[in-house]
Amino acid sequence: MHELAVTESILEIATRHAQQANATRVSDIYLVIGQLSSIVDDSVQFYWDAMAENTLCQGAQLHFKRIQARMHCQDCQGEFELASQLEPCPACGSFRLTVAAGDEFYMESIEVENTPEAI
Amino acid sequence: MTVNRVQVVENIMNANDQVAQINRQTLDQAGAFSINLMASPGAGKTSFILKTIQALRQDFKIGVVEGDTAPVTIDADKINAVGMPAVQINTGGECHLDAMMLKAGLQQLPLPEIDLLIVENVGNLICPAAFNLGTHINLLVASIPEGDDKPYKYPNIYRGLEVLIINKTDLLPYIDFRMEYFQQGVEMLNPGLTTFAVSCKTGEGIDAWTDWLRERMAATRQV
Repeated sequence: MHELAVTESILEIATRHAQQANATRVSDIYLVIGQLSSIVDDSVQFYWDAMAENTLCQGAQLHFKRIQARMHCQDCQGEFELASQLEPCPACGSFRLTVAAGDEFYMESIEVENTPEAI
Repeated sequence: MTVNRVQVVENIMNANDQVAQINRQTLDQAGAFSINLMASPGAGKTSFILKTIQALRQDFKIGVVEGDTAPVTIDADKINAVGMPAVQINTGGECHLDAMMLKAGLQQLPLPEIDLLIVENVGNLICPAAFNLGTHINLLVASIPEGDDKPYKYPNIYRGLEVLIINKTDLLPYIDFRMEYFQQGVEMLNPGLTTFAVSCKTGEGIDAWTDWLRERMAATRQV
């Protein structure tokens, strides 16, 4: 339920980069979210529509790229994709695991429109 | 009109993390060792803080930041009652403390006098895990009545911990809590995590925790 704070942050980052690019409008925002970061797409979208109003980002489409979580086994050095629930290493049964992927939570890029100034 | 793709590659939590770094500098300059104490509601956060104060009060000045979603000062009052400075941060309904809120809280405390600062986060196992506060360690108080499946259900909070407290061990005879299953879950998320089983009711295990904390504080001061 911390999507409100997260959405504020998305708006701030997108607006800042759009201003740096002298954009007149942001049309698309590409986000990368690992399976392990507890963010609910629908909630972000819900806050986004209200929050982006009257900003450069009004009407911008959010795109969520989900990254599958992968665990690394410290004993057999193998890697496996994490199912919905935590499980020991399927190859050797070890509990000594670290996260290899799935932690991501960043903005990859934005698509912006630039309107040349009228002469 | 032209459409351009702008590369961003910026962590969404970046703004919070930058303020967290400022908090850490503030705490280091004041010489205050700090703990971000997280737990579900009812795990015994405030009882655990009071027990810790009781064990260390001869040697250290201890400050407490209380994070609460509502302006109810029950917890802060309990800390003030034992003669230690406490400030309350109302999150205004937010489910967690963030670095900015802690920054505001730090300004209200006599930090240079404080040796140990305990930040009691909002009772919640999901959201606090996402917000780095800049404290020296993250600590979770888990408790026996919550059940042994919590590491499996709330993996993120276990992953960022330096210390795990398992509270209410006095209730083990009455509750079907499989300690091995619980600890296997913890091991998969945070191998070798420092763990203390305690009972704030009987005092069992508190000394082992505070001995560890004394050493950890001394080690930080030497750096």
